[in-house]
Amino acid sequence: MGAYETQGYNMDNTGRRIVVDPVTRIEGHMRCEVNVDSDNVIRNAVSTGTMWRGLEVILKGRDPRDAWAFVERICGVCTGCHALTSVRAVEDALGITIPKNAYLIREIMAKTLQEHDHAVHFYHLHALDWVDVVSALKADPKKTSELQQTVSPSHPMSSPGYFRDIQNRLKKFVESGQLGPFMNGYWGNKAYVLPPEANLMAVTHYLEALDLQKEWVKVHTIFGGKNPHPNYLVGGVPCAINIDGNGAAGAPINMERLNFVEARIREMIEFNNNVYIPDVLAIGTIYKQAGWLYGGGLSATNVFDYGTYEKVMGDHSTQQLPGGAILNGNWDEILPVDPRDPEQVQEFVNHSWYKYADESKGLHPWDGVTEPNYVLGPNTKGTRTNIEALDEDAKYSWIKSPRWRGHAMEVGPLSRYILGYAHALKGNKYCQRVKEQVESSARIINSDFPKALGMPETSYSAKQLLPTTIGRTLARALEAQYCAEMMLDDYKELIANIKAGDTATANVEKWDPATWPKEAKGVGTVAAPRGALGHWIRIKDGRIENYQCVVPTTWNGSPRDTKGQIGAFEASLMNTPMANPEEPVEILRTLHSFDPCLACSTHVMSEDGQELTTVKVR
Amino acid sequence: MNTTPSATACHQGGDSIETIVVLGIGNVLWADEGFGVRCVEALQQRYEFAPHVQLIDGGTQGLYLIQHVQAASKLLIFDAIDYGLAPGTLKRVENDDVPRFMGAKKMSLHQTGFQEVLMLALLTEQYPSQVLLVGCQPEELEDYGGSLRPVVRAAMEHALAQGVDALARWGAAPVQRSRPLTDCESVTFSELDLARYESQRPPEELACRVGDERFFPPAGDGA
Repeated sequence: MGAYETQGYNMDNTGRRIVVDPVTRIEGHMRCEVNVDSDNVIRNAVSTGTMWRGLEVILKGRDPRDAWAFVERICGVCTGCHALTSVRAVEDALGITIPKNAYLIREIMAKTLQEHDHAVHFYHLHALDWVDVVSALKADPKKTSELQQTVSPSHPMSSPGYFRDIQNRLKKFVESGQLGPFMNGYWGNKAYVLPPEANLMAVTHYLEALDLQKEWVKVHTIFGGKNPHPNYLVGGVPCAINIDGNGAAGAPINMERLNFVEARIREMIEFNNNVYIPDVLAIGTIYKQAGWLYGGGLSATNVFDYGTYEKVMGDHSTQQLPGGAILNGNWDEILPVDPRDPEQVQEFVNHSWYKYADESKGLHPWDGVTEPNYVLGPNTKGTRTNIEALDEDAKYSWIKSPRWRGHAMEVGPLSRYILGYAHALKGNKYCQRVKEQVESSARIINSDFPKALGMPETSYSAKQLLPTTIGRTLARALEAQYCAEMMLDDYKELIANIKAGDTATANVEKWDPATWPKEAKGVGTVAAPRGALGHWIRIKDGRIENYQCVVPTTWNGSPRDTKGQIGAFEASLMNTPMANPEEPVEILRTLHSFDPCLACSTHVMSEDGQELTTVKVR
Repeated sequence: MNTTPSATACHQGGDSIETIVVLGIGNVLWADEGFGVRCVEALQQRYEFAPHVQLIDGGTQGLYLIQHVQAASKLLIFDAIDYGLAPGTLKRVENDDVPRFMGAKKMSLHQTGFQEVLMLALLTEQYPSQVLLVGCQPEELEDYGGSLRPVVRAAMEHALAQGVDALARWGAAPVQRSRPLTDCESVTFSELDLARYESQRPPEELACRVGDERFFPPAGDGA
């Protein structure tokens, strides 16, 4: 198409082309190409999933009750959310209602996953986009201690000696040449603006998070049995409850184990309040001061989620993160979303390496087709097995293009927070906490931290701060905080329900396929850590006839559609200036802010070679 | 056939000081890529071990396996790795060579992840005193929904023998299993059990099995 206008962006692919392949520190395999103008500002963006997944076809003909175990293997990092979505889809198809304990236990597991995934993403996959590890070696431990006490006075681990020890350990590690997790950094690039002390503080918290997360996942072991892949069950949860039981191996869940869960929830709440939220707010404050408010992309206009966390099981109106769709940045109007409506969620493939009979139309996932068709456009540079530059006018990705009523949408914690904030402003009493969190964050970024750190105050509104790369990272932290708080409510409700005499955890009335209709279809949705996740299933004669997953990274990483509309990754990169195009720090920072998980949006296998990103400027 | 749902969750004991961890890595859904997990599955079906031995179906969990590495005083890893050898060839790699080796060539998602996991464990100064990697050269990965190829399945027997031998030296006290393995004790999933996985596979005309040619160019394709 050459130069054209879409969704308010002027797409221009005439400048220098920069190819980043693979985009590292993500799950799965992804490539990104951009064109920059003479000032090194991004004027065209092309994101592509470079692997075909084949998962949906693996499921055809299999037992629907086993599907969760297969989908749990789609991806290494969000095992639980695929499994949960799958059992929900099957239960929806077969009309199974789960017991209240099962609902609450699943909520606790899902929210633990959110907390775990968000914290791990921030400290292990994303922090290095903001934090210069090598600069941390230059920090003054005493000043680091002062900074720690300024941004988070209640965090106990803040002595100069503590930071000095960590710094020495880091020094030893870097000097031994084993940069390990810190390989592939563009250390010293001008795009890093934190002072050495903030860098050391963040690296220290990276190690603290690592220590805590291993305790948190034990919540999954308690309710899900096995570790690291938890067990799920169509009809409920695969654990029995006997509050006075002895807790021997294989015995039902008892009070001792439930107490362990409560202790972990309280630990998460404390970690969020003392470490995770202050770190994100401090980094956000400093980068915002440096003028870095890029990366909003589609979140400034179109956001989407199915809605989640019902306070009352089965009552959508009580969702604590309510869903919907917002178009054109109009936060005053929230449009209702229905995953069953054939006119709403549709997947297009005219720029994806799949084949439809009629590619001018999208298909609703119940009628979805996943048939690979790897063809390249005439303007592709290179060969079929070694592409130098893609032709984005043709098919160019293994990711399909999901659209909501034809619109490209962003999904994820930021979308959920924009929706939650908009609902709260309209008076929804179930999500007022979202409004509080957003407003307090804005106050801290605009005023509290600038004052404490000796910087000028600002007056950005929520609508200016949220739809940015910083906002995306902040929303993820706020969601972790909110989930941990909601989980404590779930936990208390679970204990009260058990103490009232209800110990049911599974409804197995429809376990036997003889009780099923000849044909059935269902949908399950989950607020996965990366955004709106849906599985659509058709069951025929007791077997899976069709299975389609529309995963968050499919929404965000989607290629162009029939109208030439770009996806959320692509939009987020547009108009961002790069300090040095040979070192794509800004591209990685913004793409990582989505927590891309290509393992499930596409699949798999990579070529030989070191995991060193190749950056080619053409 | 699907049996009735298991009514109880399974719980493992806490980490003892001298924990021996046996980790199977890989994805059972892509043919020989499932080698590591299938090894752990077979090992547990055939043997019983001392209480301080933990078997883990690590899947492709990458970073999320770090606590198992940190908890291990001795670590045995089964994995499919591309050494550029003949399919089914086993290779033992020990101790300091393991991280380097797992990073030298990457084949699938989990390997890059796993090298990082080992490095991170080192940074936290919680690293096993002994590490043994028993790797197998895969024949086929581009077969979605497929199972181990015969040559890899045969190699699995030798891999298990090597693993059991090392475990015996490490004091894991392996003995032939006398009591049947319950669903609850099993570290792998009955839903993905090898026999069930293979026998319930849909026919090829129903479920496309091929992958992306750029990563599997046919032999002789110089493109």
